[in-house]
Amino acid sequence: MDTIVTPSDHRAEGEAVSTASPRDYFDLMKPRVMTLVVFTAFAGLIAAPVDADPFLAFMSILCLAVGAGAAGALNMAYDADIDATMQRTRKRPIPRGVVSVANAYGFGVVASILSVLLMALASNYLAAGLLAFSIFFYAVIYTMILKRSTPQNIVIGGAAGAFPPMIGWVAVTGEISLDAVILFMIIFLWTPPHSWALALYKSGDYAAANVPMMPVAKGAKSTRLQILLYSVVLVIFAGAPVLTGLGGAVYGATSVGGGALFLLLAWRIFRSRAGEAGSAEEGALYAVRAGDKAARDLFAYSIGYLTVLFAALIVEHAFGAYVAIPGVSP
Amino acid sequence: MTQDNHLTSAREGQPTGESLKLTPEQEAARKKRNVVIAWSLVAFMVAVFAITVVRLSQNIAAGAGT
Repeated sequence: MDTIVTPSDHRAEGEAVSTASPRDYFDLMKPRVMTLVVFTAFAGLIAAPVDADPFLAFMSILCLAVGAGAAGALNMAYDADIDATMQRTRKRPIPRGVVSVANAYGFGVVASILSVLLMALASNYLAAGLLAFSIFFYAVIYTMILKRSTPQNIVIGGAAGAFPPMIGWVAVTGEISLDAVILFMIIFLWTPPHSWALALYKSGDYAAANVPMMPVAKGAKSTRLQILLYSVVLVIFAGAPVLTGLGGAVYGATSVGGGALFLLLAWRIFRSRAGEAGSAEEGALYAVRAGDKAARDLFAYSIGYLTVLFAALIVEHAFGAYVAIPGVSP
Repeated sequence: MTQDNHLTSAREGQPTGESLKLTPEQEAARKKRNVVIAWSLVAFMVAVFAITVVRLSQNIAAGAGT
């Protein structure tokens, strides 16, 4: 019977009822990461040599966005303890106490299932399988296993973030081709310098949370060297689409110009003392001590670099700007 | 109005199924969540229907061409 609970009990229990708004659940999905996922997936889909049905293509991208968001929610549910410790993440919905861990898990699992099912319906089983695997890889392999156990966490775990353009490609072609693998590899190689640049100027945050990011586990000097090495490999590999014909003159010019600036910023980090103060930093994502400015600059630029690379592919394939490079393009 | 009014329907005096007295803020938040869940379910059903129609029409068109 309803009346077995007294009014005072109602108030006491009522205080435990969530005041989370839909916006809080949206924040669980890491909207900024989702934006990059949608953009790179769109580039993969547009660059594929197939005329896709616009509606089905749109639905595939939507499924990818929801799937990526679901993986983000599962990540936040598992990492609630870490997020509460770190300055950068303590205002997320779970540390703030507006969404419970159980609700975040429930939301993440339901959104994962629905996104994969809808992807299977809108595109093909291979794309749906890749989406399911990428969610599993991010939520389980990266978040639950790698993140707290090895400084190589984001090197291996970066594969999860590299899947979107490949899934976009597979959603319309139904197969994994060399070009799809190249798009995957560009993001895979981009992730370490991008993440370690952030980790350098937020190393105190990671140390406080006992997350063995590279600057915490191996030191700032080693991290700066590895950022430079990965940057060299990335910039060289980013030219691969030109060799296969996936990228034309616009992409080639963007790759060379953008890559040169990427290397310059990576070199500045290598020559700097970024990450050596090691204390926890207050403030926003881009707040930084003077000595860590080089790391902040590469972190911010790396996002722009990836965006411009994939934007070049979109411009070439969606707007007819593709011009083959004589003697280079096949 | 009494503290327990929320437990019974004001119109018919029937149990409402509620077991907690929520604050106005909690009730407003729950209503917002419910509305979004409802629209999400509707959107999911519409998406499944629309995808099915597009797929069927593609298959019919492909069959007609053979």
